Amino acid sequence: MKIHEYQARDLFRQFGIPVNDYKLVSTPREAVTASGGWKQVVVKAQVLTGGRGKAGGVKLADNAGEVETRAEKILGMDIKGRRVEKILVCDAAPIAREHYLGMVLDRSRQGITLMLTDQGGVDIEELAVNNPEAIHKMTLYPHLPIDEKALDAFLGKAIPGESQRKQALIATKALFTLFLATDASLAEINPYALTPDGDMMALDGKMNFDDSALFKHPEIAALRNPEEDSADEIEAREKNLSFVSLDGDIGCVVNGAGLAMATLDLIKHYGGNPANFLDVGGSSNPQKVADALNIILRNPKVKAILINIFGGITRCDDIANGLLMAREQLDIEVPLIIRLVGTNQIEGRAILESAGLKAGDDLDDAVKSVIAATGGAA
Amino acid sequence: MSILIDENTKVIVQGATGRDGSFHLRSMKADGTKIVAGVTPGKGGAVVDGIPVFNSVAEARNATGADAGVIFVPAKFASAAMKEASDAGVPLIICITEGVPVLDMVEIYHLVRSRGQVLIGPNCPGLISPGKCKIGIMPASIHKLGKVGVISRSGTLTYEVVHALTQAALGQSTCIGIGGDPIIGTGYLDLLERFEADKDTNAVVLIGEIGGDSEEQAAEFIKTSMHTPVVAFISGRSAPEGKRMGHAGAIISGGQGTAEAKVAAFEAVGVPVADTPSEIPAMVANRRA
Repeated sequence: MKIHEYQARDLFRQFGIPVNDYKLVSTPREAVTASGGWKQVVVKAQVLTGGRGKAGGVKLADNAGEVETRAEKILGMDIKGRRVEKILVCDAAPIAREHYLGMVLDRSRQGITLMLTDQGGVDIEELAVNNPEAIHKMTLYPHLPIDEKALDAFLGKAIPGESQRKQALIATKALFTLFLATDASLAEINPYALTPDGDMMALDGKMNFDDSALFKHPEIAALRNPEEDSADEIEAREKNLSFVSLDGDIGCVVNGAGLAMATLDLIKHYGGNPANFLDVGGSSNPQKVADALNIILRNPKVKAILINIFGGITRCDDIANGLLMAREQLDIEVPLIIRLVGTNQIEGRAILESAGLKAGDDLDDAVKSVIAATGGAA
Repeated sequence: MSILIDENTKVIVQGATGRDGSFHLRSMKADGTKIVAGVTPGKGGAVVDGIPVFNSVAEARNATGADAGVIFVPAKFASAAMKEASDAGVPLIICITEGVPVLDMVEIYHLVRSRGQVLIGPNCPGLISPGKCKIGIMPASIHKLGKVGVISRSGTLTYEVVHALTQAALGQSTCIGIGGDPIIGTGYLDLLERFEADKDTNAVVLIGEIGGDSEEQAAEFIKTSMHTPVVAFISGRSAPEGKRMGHAGAIISGGQGTAEAKVAAFEAVGVPVADTPSEIPAMVANRRA
């Protein structure tokens, strides 16, 4: 789960990480009022995507008039398909030096990797590819206390002043505490800045959380922004289906995530274009099949649907019953191509045949048929 | 021969009286696995399909001398169940449960390694040595005893590939689903090493997917340390960046973890990568010839 910058800043403050002053607003008038006492103001779009600056969603303003015009321009802007509904106004701190300071779940080191750079304002992902030596790294573990001496030496690689290093040490420990307390998967401060007065502070923040751990943290789960996912994805989550919207015209219902991905790949391989990823999950519940079809059929782009089931725990007869149930509940006007193999496949196919539906057993054939049904390449 | 499990492996089922646990206890037993005990706290003394249920893993292990434990408890309790199995000294722990918090797994990963135990999963279908032992949820009927080792991050996609191998008369030594999570107990490297050492495995099929760099590491290991031929398949070639494709670990982030990079890594070390699952059996037959 992702959150907005202002939500990350709230958490930073709560955990004692200094941030420059900020206020969340949703109209140009509010932006002017909120930033009244500040000499220079940064106006920032709050959208759940990177690259806001490049898209023109972050602007400096020197007076109230500029704040108003910047806010007018940014509110309602479209950034990578997301409409800006809220903006953040921040007290633009003068900056003497900038760093990137972040922590990320590191799957290859089985720990949490702390990252620090000599210069800030960088695109860390770009830097990791083009100049990885510029990123200092240190791995931390949730079950072990931080070695403060090692951390101090680590910070010293990029942060020269003793007072600044001390401030950074406290902030890094606080960020780690926040990371563990919320089961985060990413926590970034970029830039982490030195002001001319010698203070270190966060001028931006980004956090992602482990969806599997949200049950432990209702206060974090409550920060969820509905615009992170499409309406179909939200409904699918409520129905316990794993669903991702794509932009093609072939609806897909598959059991198992790996097989679902492989099915989309096969559709592309044979020249078609999938409309969605959908995993109905392992257990056999006929209603889930009906729910899945209901979500897929609401997408007007869908011209045909491929059902690909390899029964293990999932029983083919349950899937067949689910399909018949869906036919009673919904108007299915697009062709259904069904591939049904595995546990109870004979029973499943008999159920479908008695209702006039056919099921095949070869995956490649099924994929070619569904592409042909959309009038596509195969 | 096989790796990790064989006809002598004695198995404890944690969560034995639950809906999934009791169903799969019966299924594993019917498929010939030596299930010796079940565990459900507070249900000690109960019996499931003739198998005695104990209150704790320690009690169950003391009474039966089990070599392996399989976990079917809900996600909220799975971390505690893995720790309990580790504390009781179970040498091989398999966690089927999906949705275990990742930071819990970081801690458990280091705990079991420091004790020399092997953990498979979480979020996996388990493992099977056909005709000898099945610890997991896969349909045994699609498998056939033979000499191909299978390692996969997926469940049903593995069934698809195993089914195709069996239909092409290519039996399997051991098939292992390592799990679809970002942090898993055992990755490709440990298992490739075991397959390399197993004289009855003469080819390995590796089924990877987007996310992380474990396939790239596997390619490097194959180049430096393996003589047994390997055929690979990568799912998620059509996945968009930044979206979790069902598995918690199947996500391309910051341009890292793409299918293209993984395919290129295997091809660079001479490991053929199948474009479709149905191509795999012929590629395995070719590599063994």
